[in-house]
Amino acid sequence: MSTMDDYQSDAEIQWCPGCPNFGILQAFKKAFVSIGKDPHEICLVSGIGQAAKLPHYLKCNFFNGLHGRAIPVALGVHAANPDLKTIVVAGDGDCYGEGGNHFLHTLRRNPDITVVVHNNEVYALTKGQASPTTPKGERRTLQFNGVQVPPLQMLAVAILHGCTFVARGFALEVDHLQDLLVSAVEHPGLSLVEVVQPCITWGTHPLKWYQERVRIVKEDYDPTDRSAAMELAMTWGETIPIGILYQSGPVETFGHDYRHTVTDRPLTELKPLDKGLMEKMLSEFRL
Amino acid sequence: MQDIHVIVAGAAGEGIQTIGDLLVRLAAAHGYAVFSWKEYESRIRGGQNRYAVRIGMEPVNAPLSEADILLALNKGALAKYEKLLKDNGIIISPEKDNRDRFLSIPFADIAKHEIGQTIYANTLAIGALVSALGMDLEITKGVVKNVFSKKGEDMIDKNIQALVEGFNRAGRECRDRCPWNLPLREDRYYVLTANEAIPMAAAYAGCRFISAYPMTPSTGIITFLAKEKDRLGVFVEQAEDEIAAVNMAIGASYAGARAMTATSGGGFALMVEGISLAGMTETPLVVVLAQRPGPATGLPTRTAQGDLLFAVNAGHGEFPKMVLAPSDPLDAFYKTVMAFNLADQYQTPVILLTDQFLADSHFSFKDFEPWDVTPKFHWAGTGNHNEYKRYRLTESGISPRLYPGQSKHLVCADSDEHNEYGHITEDLEKMAPAMAKKRMLKLDMLKKSVHPPEEVATKGADFILVSWGSTRGSVLEAISLMRGTGVKAGMIHFTELWPLPKYEFPRGKALYIVENNASGQLSRLLRSQYNISSRGFVHRFDGLPLTAGYIRRVYHEHNG
Ligand SMILES: Cc1ncc(C[n+]2csc(CCOP(=O)(O)OP(=O)(O)O)c2C)c(N)n1
Ligand code: SF4
Repeated sequence: MSTMDDYQSDAEIQWCPGCPNFGILQAFKKAFVSIGKDPHEICLVSGIGQAAKLPHYLKCNFFNGLHGRAIPVALGVHAANPDLKTIVVAGDGDCYGEGGNHFLHTLRRNPDITVVVHNNEVYALTKGQASPTTPKGERRTLQFNGVQVPPLQMLAVAILHGCTFVARGFALEVDHLQDLLVSAVEHPGLSLVEVVQPCITWGTHPLKWYQERVRIVKEDYDPTDRSAAMELAMTWGETIPIGILYQSGPVETFGHDYRHTVTDRPLTELKPLDKGLMEKMLSEFRL
Repeated sequence: MQDIHVIVAGAAGEGIQTIGDLLVRLAAAHGYAVFSWKEYESRIRGGQNRYAVRIGMEPVNAPLSEADILLALNKGALAKYEKLLKDNGIIISPEKDNRDRFLSIPFADIAKHEIGQTIYANTLAIGALVSALGMDLEITKGVVKNVFSKKGEDMIDKNIQALVEGFNRAGRECRDRCPWNLPLREDRYYVLTANEAIPMAAAYAGCRFISAYPMTPSTGIITFLAKEKDRLGVFVEQAEDEIAAVNMAIGASYAGARAMTATSGGGFALMVEGISLAGMTETPLVVVLAQRPGPATGLPTRTAQGDLLFAVNAGHGEFPKMVLAPSDPLDAFYKTVMAFNLADQYQTPVILLTDQFLADSHFSFKDFEPWDVTPKFHWAGTGNHNEYKRYRLTESGISPRLYPGQSKHLVCADSDEHNEYGHITEDLEKMAPAMAKKRMLKLDMLKKSVHPPEEVATKGADFILVSWGSTRGSVLEAISLMRGTGVKAGMIHFTELWPLPKYEFPRGKALYIVENNASGQLSRLLRSQYNISSRGFVHRFDGLPLTAGYIRRVYHEHNG
């Protein structure tokens, strides 16, 4: 049994004091304890941004790669070792902007990994420019007259393209977020958790604005109802619904053909190819 | 016997691929060494393409310019390629022409009226070629039966009928115009392309994962591994773009699987940030860069050596990297295994530079025994760390590498400058320079792993041709052509381009640098590294491979 302390990292935290990212960090630790995985059985993969620093603040394996490229790295990790619990941690810019193409195509692949997107509606690390989720009209440090285009609705896109677990959480609802993360990690196939993570430095609204709007979905909400889920995924305004918005499946996951025909074990366990086989293959070129 | 050079020319989709492939098989089945190369337009139907087949008693793996036989499947092909025909060469074509060099055989008409369907036109053409080349009809029948074995009795019979019909027609037409004769020999050759050798070698080297995005001329590599999934067991993923491809490979490698990707210039440009990531995170990575002429989309299906300096300099920031440019499929096999071994040993990216010519051409080998280089792994072992640090500062610069999930030890990798644990650092005083230095130390070590260039006939040579990569066969043939006319040339050939080996050029010899590019990239690299100057250059940059004839001609143009 692991405890919260097992996931405690020594690295110095670089976030602004009071940033809701701390709530997400806390939810992660709690979730890991509930899942019952040891630090070495987990692999976090991130890109670049404030959110993407999170793996440094947890004790487990991690690969902190390039801006926008966490998902492909995670796919490679998962392909190589399906025994690891692979979790992507990304900002909205990282995942939906720079890495948008990877996000789209990974919905189709349905890898058995979890993608957690900290949605702060801003590029925080580069000092406050608009992100793909910044609401139309809101000003950012580069959008002096407000953002001219509507935001991406990636939760809806995810549902549309067959993601079988789509959830929205709130960084300040730590226990609720913990539950979402546990369900997401345990879900077979791709699970997406977008976390409303207000940025207290570059954001437009105070924390209270979010607290007043965030509503946990009703007990009797049926997450298998795809149209209802689309509706909630696109709801962002007077209320911001949080919870598991959509869940279905299971459906075939990334690499299933390979897993069934070659190996379902980590690729490191495959035996070296026998020289005899190579000679046989080469002999087929001896005409 | 002098080598025989056959050019099969026609539109894409007209069957030159089938005819060319079959001709390669037939020549090999008769016991001859074959070399073939292709030149085609970037389209699926139409255009004019060539499939050139060189047949000889010994493997000479180099393209020729002039042809003995031109099989021209249409008027346009005839117009485009007739100028390549030798004076005593012949043309086989459905076109009508009364000249003596012309064997006019309306393949499609005969196929339709005598065999029943025009689809047998290509087998008719094969029959005509076999007759003109003086090959054996019975052997040919056996090969053709084999090739069509899965198509059913009727198809096989019709093809044999077409073959014999073509053979007889050409036999009557040939009279005394076809002096060639290819009696059966005992010899057998391995005939393969680099795009076949590289994926086999990769799997042998322990590669378990490939992700790539289709781009000519690299696509054959991932396709081969996909086709051979059951035997080779490589996890194959077609990525959404090259950025994904390189990052997936890095992820798989970090997680313990030897991994690779393959692409061409434009795709490689997209991968460059990833190559730098592999350098920073010290993740082994093998990238095949199959060159084609640029800039931008360039000539997508042609050949060039235009990305040497791009490969050498690929990646922002400073980190060790290796660039290998094999000269033929056997060398490509070796270099692929070497690439995986060195990437693993030095925890850094290795680039394998090929090109369309090398990727697609069939080379012949009497023996193919690439077993001198064997797969070697360099894991740290999980037992002997009090406290595991992925980026431990060591004397050699090489840190202990484990993979995540292997043991309780946590494996933390970071693209930011990091401390020994893999955590972000901004310690400019100690940690940042120490890490930079540690990475660069590996380059010094890498230098010790590279071999000097190959020297051929440099002693007593009046001048030396200096070359790299896939041009080796043509340069060797150029040397022997020149020696035949009393011009004493030698060769220095590089296949390990970065880091460059410790090497002393022979003193006092004029150097001519031979490259399939316009700007002389090897020249620039050598000048910066060895402080040498060259007497002249042979450059070709029209999308076609260098031939011995071309090299000799350009050399003499410069030297009267
Ligand atoms: C290729 C590349 N382009 C740009 C950057 C600069 N950059 C770093 S983080 C970032 C955006 C961060 O926004 P987001 O992903 O939403 O994360 P946040 O900082 O808001 O948590 C940008 C543009 C980079 N590191 N790499
Ligand atoms: S800039 Fe915003 S997102 Fe980043 S740490 Fe500060 S408050 Fe949090």
